Amino acid sequence: MSIRLEKPFQALTSENLVPIQGQLGVYQLADANGDIFYIGYAGGRSLFGLHGELTREMEEQGDGTQFRCEVNQQYISRYEELLMLHKHDFGNLPERVLSEYPYKIGVLSPGN
Amino acid sequence: MDYQLTEEQQMLVDMVRRFVRTEICPLEDNLDPDAGEIAPEDSERLKEMTRKMGLYGLGIPPEFGGPDVDVTTQTLLSFEMAQHRAGLYNPCYNVFGGAGLAQLYEATDMQKEKYLFPVLRGEKTSFFGLTEPSGGSDPGRAIQTRGVQDGDDWILNGAKIFISGADHADFGILFARTSEDKTRNGVTCFLVDTDMPGFHVRRVVHTLRSTKYATEIQIENLRVPKENILGELNKGFAIANDRLSRYRIPYAAGCIGVAMKAQEMAIDYVKIRETFGGLLASRQAIQWMIVDNEMDIRTSRHVCLEAAGRADRGDDFRTEAAMAKLLGSEAGGRVVDRVMQIHGGYGMTKDLPLERWYREMRIRRIGEGPSEVQRLVMARNLIGGSFH
Ligand SMILES: Cc1cc2nc3c(=O)[nH]c(=O)nc-3n(C[C@H](O)[C@H](O)[C@H](O)COP(=O)(O)OP(=O)(O)OC[C@H]3O[C@@H](n4cnc5c(N)ncnc54)[C@H](O)[C@@H]3O)c2cc1C
Repeated sequence: MSIRLEKPFQALTSENLVPIQGQLGVYQLADANGDIFYIGYAGGRSLFGLHGELTREMEEQGDGTQFRCEVNQQYISRYEELLMLHKHDFGNLPERVLSEYPYKIGVLSPGN
Repeated sequence: MDYQLTEEQQMLVDMVRRFVRTEICPLEDNLDPDAGEIAPEDSERLKEMTRKMGLYGLGIPPEFGGPDVDVTTQTLLSFEMAQHRAGLYNPCYNVFGGAGLAQLYEATDMQKEKYLFPVLRGEKTSFFGLTEPSGGSDPGRAIQTRGVQDGDDWILNGAKIFISGADHADFGILFARTSEDKTRNGVTCFLVDTDMPGFHVRRVVHTLRSTKYATEIQIENLRVPKENILGELNKGFAIANDRLSRYRIPYAAGCIGVAMKAQEMAIDYVKIRETFGGLLASRQAIQWMIVDNEMDIRTSRHVCLEAAGRADRGDDFRTEAAMAKLLGSEAGGRVVDRVMQIHGGYGMTKDLPLERWYREMRIRRIGEGPSEVQRLVMARNLIGGSFH
């Protein structure tokens, strides 16, 4: 079982957000090249869960932004796992995450 | 036995209760309901306050710089510190400081310098690596991680599962089989640095507890100098038994503290919530749930304080500590469950802390030795010998 989020990215458009419901979970945003520039979560205080968070992102991000998400009740530990995986794979966290996440991040060596 | 609090105990309890309600709970109002940490600047500010209160490092023995507070008073304070949303696994977000792993107090001077003191100063964190995929209840027989001597070093190979915080830790203690003996007499306890080659945290193990998650570790040819053996070779289980039993007391106290807070919420709610033209407080079915809660809280609290009192007097407290752990974790689960029932639909939501307590309380019957193992400990102490 892969612990990475591996489903294909989709364009962050209102059409693609229709099937995304108000559940709790995690998501990644990527630019048009598929380079991940943000990892976030829809937690217990998110209005309309993943749908609400991704709609807000759509309104704030530029054209060409892509997303993928995962419904997950354990969104905090999954979010931290995705941050650690990103750091393992790319050497650092995305800038926006760094500015929002003031805590020490753990170290994973997940293999491939 | 009389559990009338002394004037000093009452003063400390009131002070910590106020601290939780005026400093911790308001911060939680702005955090995600599953959050496990507060902002670093809040943490520093609150640590400054607990230092001024003279309570920083509670649980650290006075000879190592902790405040001189007996186990009974610490237990009374543990009841209070757990009374907020994250309180079960992160009481007061650790702003009262941590005592570190019990085993480290029996380390050599060199080991204390390198591992214990930095933990007490808040500079390093550690993990406790006992459980393996082959089992955690009876680790003496289940441990398959092997340690083989190579000159002055030991080479470790194996796997550990459910290890809390290994991904954040600077070091940990790891139990490995170092002789052909298939029982606990062949197991040694090693101090390992997490940046040593061969130490890998492979994944997060997602459980009901969403913060302070567990991890799975793989150990591949991890070379550990013999100076890093904690205690004696093949006697890894002999160290810190007394301190480990003692740890069951605050563990139980956390469950009881949460149950006390949940009961307070229930009593407040039944006095305002109306159904069928009357307050919930007037319904016998509800009254009985409140009474059952109180019985659960008082019996477990009583045993917990008895264990603490015995520890303070230097009496054997292993049976009472195991009983407190079992009673506290099971009573806590029942109380939170009833309080959720009383709150109806709201009890199921993340708007209230109950659903988090419900999930996390369930782990308390497994972690730190499941209920069945606590019964084994008590049976061994009561019957004596090795009828297990
Ligand atoms: C969230 C979480 C965090 C944890 N953190 C750590 C950690 O930091 N470090 C660490 O080392 N471990 C940790 N653990 C592991 C925990 O200590 C073990 O899960 C626990 O000891 C039980 O071991 P097991 O899961 O292998 O169950 P098993 O040993 O397989 O037991 C299965 C069940 O059988 C019962 N049982 C066993 N023997 C008997 C018997 N003789 N009679 C009747 N019933 C019996 C047990 O009580 C249990 O209910 C953590 C676990 C969790 C869930």
